[in-house]
Amino acid sequence: MPLRTEIVSPERRYTDREVDMVVVPGGEGDIAAMPGRSPLMLQLRGGVVTLYKDDQVLERCFVTGGFVDMTADHCTILADSVRALEDLSIDDARQTLDQLKDQWTRVGPDEIELRASLSRQIQAARAEIEVAQKVQQNDLKAI
Amino acid sequence: MPSLKELRGRISGVKSTRKITSAMKMVAASKLRRAQNQAEAARPYAETMQRMMSELATASQGMDPSTLPPLLAGTGKDDVHLLVILTSDRGLAGGFNANIIRTARQQIEELKAKGRTVRLLPVGRKGAEIFRRYYPDMIVDSLHNNSGTQQTAYALAQDLAKRVGDLVEAGEIDACSLLRNRFVNAMTQLPQSLALVPLPVAENDNTVHERADGAVYEFEPDEGQLLAQLLPRNLLVQFYAAILESAAGEQGARMTAMDNASRNASKAIERLSLRYNRTRQANITNELIEIISGAEAV
Repeated sequence: MPLRTEIVSPERRYTDREVDMVVVPGGEGDIAAMPGRSPLMLQLRGGVVTLYKDDQVLERCFVTGGFVDMTADHCTILADSVRALEDLSIDDARQTLDQLKDQWTRVGPDEIELRASLSRQIQAARAEIEVAQKVQQNDLKAI
Repeated sequence: MPSLKELRGRISGVKSTRKITSAMKMVAASKLRRAQNQAEAARPYAETMQRMMSELATASQGMDPSTLPPLLAGTGKDDVHLLVILTSDRGLAGGFNANIIRTARQQIEELKAKGRTVRLLPVGRKGAEIFRRYYPDMIVDSLHNNSGTQQTAYALAQDLAKRVGDLVEAGEIDACSLLRNRFVNAMTQLPQSLALVPLPVAENDNTVHERADGAVYEFEPDEGQLLAQLLPRNLLVQFYAAILESAAGEQGARMTAMDNASRNASKAIERLSLRYNRTRQANITNELIEIISGAEAV
């Protein structure tokens, strides 16, 4: 039984295809979705989503956070933003990270929601830099 | 019979009206393209989110509603119903506002007949004016629409989501639906109602029934934390998509209405010109007859 996988961001439907396994970066660690699993709803951290078919990597993309809905026959990824690995840029991500760090210093300790959202964004920017570096070194196995 | 001078005045009046309507049509057409792109881009995300939410609602059906967040399962009562109605700020858009207002009034009457208390939150000046006249005591507040450019649409959606979220949390409303024109194409806008709180359960959705019965959703991080993020997010996304759809629908409706108006103006001009020429010819003939009969008498 194949697993129907959709990746949708607010801007577009990035992909919609049938695969054997999807590995997503969950907030508390990577999780694989396979056909027949019990339903799970998951918050994402910034990282790489990998789609597998016949033990081969079919597609990889970078998401900056969002939610995943896994059921027995499909896996729906609602990403805050999604990009192909080739489109990542170390410089842009570094710039974003600097801006976020700057914002972080100005946020008061009692603004809990804002702090939480900033820390998620900082994590996503760090992950983007890391992944972009690996793509540059052509070290895709390490992702 | 109007005099020649009167007819000339009328023709030039209709001509200047046609200039205005055709200019408005051009403006609406160019705004439509952008609005349509934005609305169509936002649609898959909102629809996927909606599907995910109805799955969640279906899965949590057997659970005790008091343990679930009110944005998911409602407050446990079904007394106060909030309708958020999206209209435009500006008129001259054909039946765009009238259609959605008619649908809203039907729904209000139905809810009243069932003995529910109805609260209204009209968005857009046109709707606010009408509802303030007919149902002044139901209005919670009214907001401006600003015709849904992308930034203002997002800010408006955030505002709406926060208000609705707060009202539900405070227990002031038990259910909430959103009424908006769904953009089909430039000619057609469908007034539709979308239930937001409590989340509607999926109907006849095969994908849901295929799942092992009784399987309960697991959540990571824990249920409370995840749903506290996801549910307000869903409201925001649904409002945002609806505002963009409505904005595209407004431009489409205006374009069609103004196209019709320009065409009608052209027809009116043709009719008036014909009448003008006839009147002029009749006058000339009259004068000739007078001259000839005068000459004959001499």
